[in-house]
Amino acid sequence: MTLKKTPLNEIHKELGAKMVDFGGWEMPVQYKGIIEEHNGVREKAGLFDVSHMGEIWVEGPGSTKAVQNLVTVDISKLVPGKISYTMMCYPHGGVVDDLLVYKMEEDSYLLVVNASNKDKDFDWIKENVSGDAKVTDKSDQTAQVALQGPLSEEILQKLTDVRLSEMGYYTWKWVEIDGAKCLVSRTGYTGEDGFEIYCDPQDVANIWNKILKTGGEDVQPVGLGARDTLRFEACMPLYGHELSENITPLEAGLGYFVHLDGDDFIGKDALIEQKEKGVPRKTVAFEMLERGIPRANYKVYKGEEEIGYVTTGSHSPTLGKSIGLALIKSEYAQKDSEIAISVRGKKRKAKIVSKPFYSRR
Amino acid sequence: MYPENLKYTKDHEWVKIEGDKVKIGITYHAQDALGDVVFVELPEVDDEFEAGESFGTVESVKAVSDCYAPVSGKITAINEDILDSPELVNSSPYDDGWFIEMEVTDSSELDQLMNSEEYQKYLEEEE
Repeated sequence: MTLKKTPLNEIHKELGAKMVDFGGWEMPVQYKGIIEEHNGVREKAGLFDVSHMGEIWVEGPGSTKAVQNLVTVDISKLVPGKISYTMMCYPHGGVVDDLLVYKMEEDSYLLVVNASNKDKDFDWIKENVSGDAKVTDKSDQTAQVALQGPLSEEILQKLTDVRLSEMGYYTWKWVEIDGAKCLVSRTGYTGEDGFEIYCDPQDVANIWNKILKTGGEDVQPVGLGARDTLRFEACMPLYGHELSENITPLEAGLGYFVHLDGDDFIGKDALIEQKEKGVPRKTVAFEMLERGIPRANYKVYKGEEEIGYVTTGSHSPTLGKSIGLALIKSEYAQKDSEIAISVRGKKRKAKIVSKPFYSRR
Repeated sequence: MYPENLKYTKDHEWVKIEGDKVKIGITYHAQDALGDVVFVELPEVDDEFEAGESFGTVESVKAVSDCYAPVSGKITAINEDILDSPELVNSSPYDDGWFIEMEVTDSSELDQLMNSEEYQKYLEEEE
């Protein structure tokens, strides 16, 4: 199968990126090195190509009702200009995907979904949208870059007249960047302040280059490797790890984004039942007390009993420690309690700690 | 990137022959493919290994990789510096970033290793 390429593919290669297959896309995993790129975003700013993400529009008089039926949050409170993080669930409560819902106009929504789930999501949305709403996959007509890090606003402000300081977290605006009309939102997947910029694929190379040139020493291109370590330190979930068809939002610790007392949505009954009966598993954060790096799918023990598995694990560039997230039986999920991670056959001690590992000041 | 005075293995390790001992580390290519090395696990002095047996692991942010003894023998020294500063494996793969030193049991096993030119050809074929 030929890998799909974003409009910035050649630019990544010219910048010396290592390219990998990510969900069928040829994407940069790193340019200079994951740790340097990670620290660059925490301290200054980094620019990501996220053009592989899926953009699905739901429009028409029935769109609010249609979207509400699909997602776990109460979107009746969403007004044009605002964005909500949410999930789509199956009737049994497992997760189809996590996504951002942009309220564009009274009867128009943009759903931004994971690249590797896009086709599945599009089918799911079409199947479950009834009434007067039109579903369109505009992923191929949409490019996206993310500028993340404490200096993001300062850098992007030099390229537009829109006053970015007035934009709140999880809001969006139409913004002209060097003559190109872009949808800019104050969102991200790194735990830092920053912006996600959606534009026409024809304009994205110029926008990418302009941001790098304007930011100079303060900005660097960042690959998917650091994107993962950044989101992981901030305890933002990654589908296929913290979320899946077999993990509910409640087990993933995302109950904040599940509104069980609002309008109906697919999966609501199962989630109400799970909440009433008690959530059987919980996602906990842990740090290693002994040497070794936890990795996804390593088994977790309490004494001799296997109590769960690691969903994401890594060395943390910011903390300089080995840390992980694990989905374990709820009765063992107390903070400060000691667990063991089976690192290639050897049980290594770890301690449950508070989430997130990192939050910006 | 691949010094002439070293021997190389298909597992991307280098071997420096010093009398009846060998010093072992991973090649420039191996550290580059792994990316930032953040963790190394090494055996203890006096541990014995057969050629091809795993003696330790090297982990980068994204990947875990086993290290294999290129020849049979007994560990005579380990590089404790890389346990605390694994980044030395990236910055100095052939000097400060060495892994272990072994006493060779059967020196004929050394004949099966590649020289610099052969290793570079091997890398081209593997690409």
